[in-house]
This record gives sequence, C-alpha cells and structure tokens, in this order.
Amino acid sequence: MPTADQRLDELEAQSIYILREAFARMKRLALLWSLGKDSNVMIWLARKAFFGHVPFPVLHVDTGKKFKEMYDFRDHYAGEWGLDLRVDPCPPLEQMDPTLPPATRSAARKTEGLKLALEKYGFDGLIAGIRRDEEATRAKERVFSPRGLEGDWNVREQPAEFWDHFNATLPQGAHLRVHPILHWTELDIWAYTQREGIPVIPLYFARDGKRYRSLGDQDITFPVKSDAATIPEILEELATTKVPERSGRAMDHESEDSFERLRVAGYL
Amino acid sequence: MSATVTTLATPLATPATPLEEGRPLVRIVIVGHVDHGKSTLIGRLLHETGGIPPEKLESLKAISARRGMPFEWSFLLDSLQAERDQGITIDTSQIRFRTASRDIILIDAPGHAEFLRNMITGAAQADAALLLIDAAEGVRDQTRRHGYLLHLLGVKQVAVVVNKMDRIGFAEAGFRAIENEITSYLGDLGLRVSTVIPISAREGDGVSANTARTPWYTGPTVLAALDGFDAARAAQDLPLRMPVQAVYKFDDRRIVAGRIETGSLSVGDDVVFQPSGKAAQVRSIEVWPAPAPADAPRVLHAGQPAGITLDREIFVERGEVLSTPANRPHAARQIRVRLFWLADEPLEIGSQVIARLATSEVRATVSAIHDVIDPGHLSAFEARSIGRNQVGEIELTLARPIAADPYGVNPRTGRVALEFGGRIAGGGLVISIVERELAATPSTRNVTPVASAVSATERANRYGHGGAVVWLTGLSGSGKSTIAKVLERRLFERGGLPTLLDGDTLRTGLNADLGFSDADRAENNRRLAEIANFLKHQGNIVLVAAVSPSATARARVREIVGDAFFEVHVSAPLDVCEARDPKGLYAKARAGELKGFTGIDAPYEAPAAAELVIETDRVGIEAAADRVEQVLAHAGILRPRGESADDAVI
Repeated sequence: MPTADQRLDELEAQSIYILREAFARMKRLALLWSLGKDSNVMIWLARKAFFGHVPFPVLHVDTGKKFKEMYDFRDHYAGEWGLDLRVDPCPPLEQMDPTLPPATRSAARKTEGLKLALEKYGFDGLIAGIRRDEEATRAKERVFSPRGLEGDWNVREQPAEFWDHFNATLPQGAHLRVHPILHWTELDIWAYTQREGIPVIPLYFARDGKRYRSLGDQDITFPVKSDAATIPEILEELATTKVPERSGRAMDHESEDSFERLRVAGYL
Repeated sequence: MSATVTTLATPLATPATPLEEGRPLVRIVIVGHVDHGKSTLIGRLLHETGGIPPEKLESLKAISARRGMPFEWSFLLDSLQAERDQGITIDTSQIRFRTASRDIILIDAPGHAEFLRNMITGAAQADAALLLIDAAEGVRDQTRRHGYLLHLLGVKQVAVVVNKMDRIGFAEAGFRAIENEITSYLGDLGLRVSTVIPISAREGDGVSANTARTPWYTGPTVLAALDGFDAARAAQDLPLRMPVQAVYKFDDRRIVAGRIETGSLSVGDDVVFQPSGKAAQVRSIEVWPAPAPADAPRVLHAGQPAGITLDREIFVERGEVLSTPANRPHAARQIRVRLFWLADEPLEIGSQVIARLATSEVRATVSAIHDVIDPGHLSAFEARSIGRNQVGEIELTLARPIAADPYGVNPRTGRVALEFGGRIAGGGLVISIVERELAATPSTRNVTPVASAVSATERANRYGHGGAVVWLTGLSGSGKSTIAKVLERRLFERGGLPTLLDGDTLRTGLNADLGFSDADRAENNRRLAEIANFLKHQGNIVLVAAVSPSATARARVREIVGDAFFEVHVSAPLDVCEARDPKGLYAKARAGELKGFTGIDAPYEAPAAAELVIETDRVGIEAAADRVEQVLAHAGILRPRGESADDAVI
C-alpha cells in the first residue's frame, strides 16, 4: 500500500523531471516567484532538481501592494537561498482596460508587468506555480503551455502532451509557460511544506479567527474564517472544508468569466 | 444540431483529498463516443460520492428551471463559459472523488473526433480507463478508435460501461451482444477488460448500487469497478533504464541526472550508456539537501529522480540511456513504429520528423509505410500516407543511432513521440528494431551460420503460411495447452506445418538438467525461445505453451525470436484455474507438497504488451483458436483459406 510519503515522493519526482526538461530545452528560463506557498514549494523543488542550485533568474513582478510580511520574506530568503532575484514593477492602474471589473482590472496590472519584464529580459520560458485544482480554467492547462506573441493563451489550439514529451518549439518572440506543480493540490502543497520544513509566510496561519488561504495584493485579497494556526491544523481544515481556495481573491468572483478573461490575456 | 452539453471543469468546491496512509491515488480516464453519456455518469458519480454540496445541486436545478430545460446531471460539470457556448467539452479536465479504498482523479477526455489530441493528452496520464458505450447505439467507430488509442497509449486496465440501459428496457440480450463485441475487439489489441457493467447513469442504476432492473447481472457497480483499479507502478522488475536528462556541473561535482524509468541502480554498479557504449562505475548518488554521510542513499528505484557521479570522466550527453552492461537497449538506426498521427498534413514516405524517445531527439525520415489501420474496424489496408487522426505502422530511419527497446521488452523506452512542424504531432510504440548497430560477442566470432537451401517464400508457398512463434503464457489451468492443441490440429488439417512445444515435454529430455529455480526457469525459457526461433525459420508455426511467469524472461524470449513473435496471454482468474486444476497441481501446492507454484506462492507477472489476450473464463476454446488465427492472418502469416500463393500475387 502506498503511504502518504510515497505519494509526495511521486509528485516531487514528476516536478523534478519537468524542471529539468525545462532547463534542458529553454535558453532563457526564469521562475516566477509570487512569494506564496506554491512558488516557495517550486523553488524548493528546483533546488532538489539542480542539487542545491537555482540555475536561472527568479522574477518577482511587483504590484507594490503586497503585504509587508511578503516583502520581508522575499528579501530574507532571496539571500539565504542564493537566488538571482529580479524585481520588476507593474504599470499603474490607469493604463489597464477600463471595461474590466475593478478587482480584475487591478489584477491585470500583473499581466502587463509580466509582458514588460519579458520584453526587458527576453525570457523564452517562465516557470509558474499554478495548479489544476485551484481554478476551473487552470484545469485545462498543459505542463508546457505555449503563449502567443502577446502572451495570450489559446485554450482551443493546445498541442497534445503525453509520456512526458513537452512541446518546446516556439515562434520567434513567443514564450512558454512551464507548470511543474500543475498536478499538485492545495493539500499536497501543505503536506509537502510540512515534511520538507519549507519556510512559510505567517499570514497563512490564523490570528484572531482568520487566516489567508491564498496571498495576493492587499486590497483585493481577504482572509477566510479559520482557527488553523499550524500546518497540521491547516491540513485538518482542508480535509473538511467546502470553501474554494481562491474565495478570498476578489477578481475571481466579479463576473462569471473574469478570471478566464484574465487568463486568455496572459494572466497566470 | 444541439449537441449534448458535456462539459467539465474542476472545482465545485473540490472535496479536498486527505493524504491518508494506504489510500492509493488512481487516475482514471473516461472515454467513449461523444453522445454516450460521459458527463451524465461523471455528474452522477460526483453526486453519489458526496462531492457535490446540496446548495450547488439546488442552484443548478433552479438555473435549469429558469432556462426552461430539464435538469441534467451533466450540468454539474458545466462551468466554463467558453464551453457552454461551444456545447462540447474542449479539453481534458480532472475531478477528484473517493471510493471505498481509493482516491480517484477522473480525467474527462473529450469524445469528439475534433479533439483527439486532448483525448490523448488525458488518456496518457491515466492508470486505467472507463470506456462508455450507449446500449441503444452499441459499439461505434469512435468507441473502437478510443479503445485502439488506449492500447497505443499503454493503458492496461479497462472497464467497459454500457450506459442508457433504460433505452433498451434493461434487456440482457442487447447487453451481452455489446459485451461480446467489445471484449473481443479489445482482447485482439492485448487489452484485458476487467468488467463490463450495465448501467443507466441518468436514472442511477448500477452506478453505486446494484439495481433490481438487471437481475441477470452479478458483477460490480461502476464505483466498485473504480475501486478495483490500481495505480500503475513504476516497473521495478524490468532491467535498468535511466535516460539522461542532463549532465550538471554547478559545483565541483559532475552529476549525471535523469529518472530511473525501470529497474534499480546502486552505488558501485557497472553501467553502460547507449548508444555510445561508454562504460563506468557508479561512484555516488547525489541528493539535496545532503544527508549525513552515513545516511547517503545507496540505491535508486524505478520512478525516482536520479543524480549520480561516475568513477571516471567520460563524455555522456542528454539522450543517452544508462543500463547494465549485460542488458542494454539497442543502438537503433531504423525502427518500426505503430503510431497515431494528429497533424493536418499527412505523414508520407519521405516525410521528415523529429523522433523523441525518452530524452533523446533525432531527425527521422519515414522510410516505409506498412499499414494504415482503420481503428473503426481494426482492418489494415495498404496506403501511401497516414492522415490526421489515423493510426498505422511505419518504418523510421534515424539520422543517427539512439537507444531504444521494442515496446514488448520495455514499454518506457519502447515508445516515441514525433514532432512535426515544431509540435508534437504523433506518437506510438516501437514494434521492432529493424536495423541496429551490433557489437560482436567473442563467443560467436568464429561461428559462421549456414544458410538454408530452401527460401522462406518457397516454404510459405508449400505450407500456406509463413513461420511464426505463438507464445502462450498464463497460469497453470488457464487453457494454454488446450488452445495450442486445437490450433495444431487446425493448422495440420489445412496442410500447414504446426509444431507444439510444450514446456513440460521438453523438460523430460533437452531440459532434463534444469530445475525450477529462477535461473533454471530463465534458462528453460531461453532454450525454448532458441528452438522456437530456429523452427520459425524453417517455416513452422511454433505453438509454445509455457507458464513463463517472469516478464523479464519473456522479454528475453521476444528479443531472441524477433519478428513474427506473438505473445498470447491466456488469462483466467486464479480461482477459475484452480477449480479446473487439470493436473492436480493446485491441490498439491495448497497442501504444501509443491513449493514455488505460480499463482499460489510464486508470482505471475502478466504481460505488459501481449499481442492478444484471451479470457478463457469468457471465451470458448474454438473461439479462442479463431482469435489466434485472426491475429496471424492480420499479420500476414496465415493466408486466408483456399488462397494459394499465386492468388496472393495477383
């Protein structure tokens, strides 16, 4: 019988394989660090894949509106983990599509910031920590997901992906999103964080009956009711909750398709 | 036309899946013709496993009422706007739920022919498959096509669900007809159907509870069948294969990195890299975070990521495959591939593609097209090209040698993906290595085989068939010898040249020096294979009936025989074989008088890629013999009755 440990081992093995394939195939690769629990696991996996090193730049596209705890965390661990950190700002709200609902419009800044950074550095591959179980449109993603010249995602025209053979040939100027933890769940992330002793931003733990399940910009991210103050308590909470992980992310709920519109335009 | 809305997107407040000890996670793909009710079944399964909050159900019922439509279970899965507009599932999605002892990820693969690449993407991730058939419509082309793709993708566990039984009044006769048709079709592809279940997903019959409306059915429900599937495990018992992903030199270590696909690897092992043939010894296994020296890992198993250092500096590159010196993959220059093709542009003789096998990549030219197979009818026809969404057999000539195994020897290093125009556009199984770089072994250096005076064509003209080896493997009492004897008689009656090689019979003479240890059993198999191969070249159809329980030993047999080898898995559940017990051996084994008896206290490793599976608990002996003859006819070994060689030329 497989143990919980074996299941984490299998998830880890698959992610390591994907990271190594990305590094072998892409010339200018970068890892997107959102500072959240998922991208921290991803950095950990990269260090396992490359025997203690993260052999590509780590990019933080900064909205300037993250929590102080997140900036502290970034500055501390970028040094401790020896990361080649690049921080790039997002353009102001006024430049965003005014037809988008307010929180969605705010989140769209990140898409534009990402485009600017791509242009600046010329990355052809971006490693991103999205997961299938987070949100309906993400369930449709491939592990290697080609993006158009505008960074857009054509969900209907995705090539086949099987037997760990990933599509990595791109037209000039386009880029590829690489999703090494696509097959993980929120619960897997916490169980693995616990097992490996990966550092965590304290905002995830309950204070005064509330905690953040997902971290984004301060003004469009809200805590959920919770008393889970440790990882085992979070694991217990997740085993019974019926509340979706991104319920505290305002832009997901403004209209039926707001998140999908963001993603087609190149959001993570 | 208003297509049935069959859409699916993951989280309806996804029930989180606790990582409990001992609950395997099993990925199951659900496939079948587009209108046969997949989404209805998924909606019903979600509901019956408690995955849907009551409020969600109520709100969907309210929406249906508001839109003036009757409520459908498939609405539950309908949450992506783009899909609603389109009216059909456009991509693979995954939902999670739990059965009694499993955590299930159900992968919904689109049934529409337009989206075959998405079906393939979904099915390739699966440990097992549910193939859905509409009871009123029966087995359709798309059903067969999906079945064929499961075979090509290597999905071994399949349960068939006959849905919409309410539309045929829960009639047993209609169900049995579909059951027979589909199990025989899939069996011919080497797929064993674990069960065929009559249900009505819309009305709930047979999904989580047996229904009084099918009193004649005693098998499992859909949920019980899902609960019986196992996660596909990395193949520990096959020989070592580790494709190299990269060689890293981030610090003073030079680390060869990859993943152990099959077998295992220990510090101190002698290893060789193919196709270069370079040899070294494993000095260390590297991991991060670095453990205390005493806890450093000494062995790596199949499925694990690997990083090793070697005892000497050799130039090794991405794409090479690490193995043991005694059992290495071929350095292949030309391979025969059974493949599916997805690109708009057809694949033709002379087409240039990139062949990707494990981590190697090589330019390849299509040098021959043998067959185009219409999976709708499983009939092969000659053609000059393989069109979009077709399957066929081709030969690929490679620009330089790469490491490869035949699929039947090692599924992980015996399959290729083809890149065309910068996209992955096809994939398939390595049926055989046509041309390889050979290293002469010292023991055969001074041996010159003498060629026969009679040609293979002359022999085939006389006997009405070409030479072949039919290797019947299975538990004692499964019916191997019985089938072999019926075939022997039939071939003889039609003027052919059958030879029955029975493992037990040879043990009385040629193999009298061998016992039943693992090594002796392997040697027994090797001798059987050599004799069979020799007789094959004399034009015989050699019928070998041997338990041959070891997958590794059978892989070796396949290697020795090469072409015209047909592995037939004669399969029946252990309790059925034990009840038959023709030689009284099970009774002895149970009484402890017989040690190491396969099925009782020694394992039987079922074939991973048999040419044919015959389920003798379902199929009679004559029908079983028919199936073997069909396979031989399809492969061009056996000419149809009454057709002389001259007819064949015309």
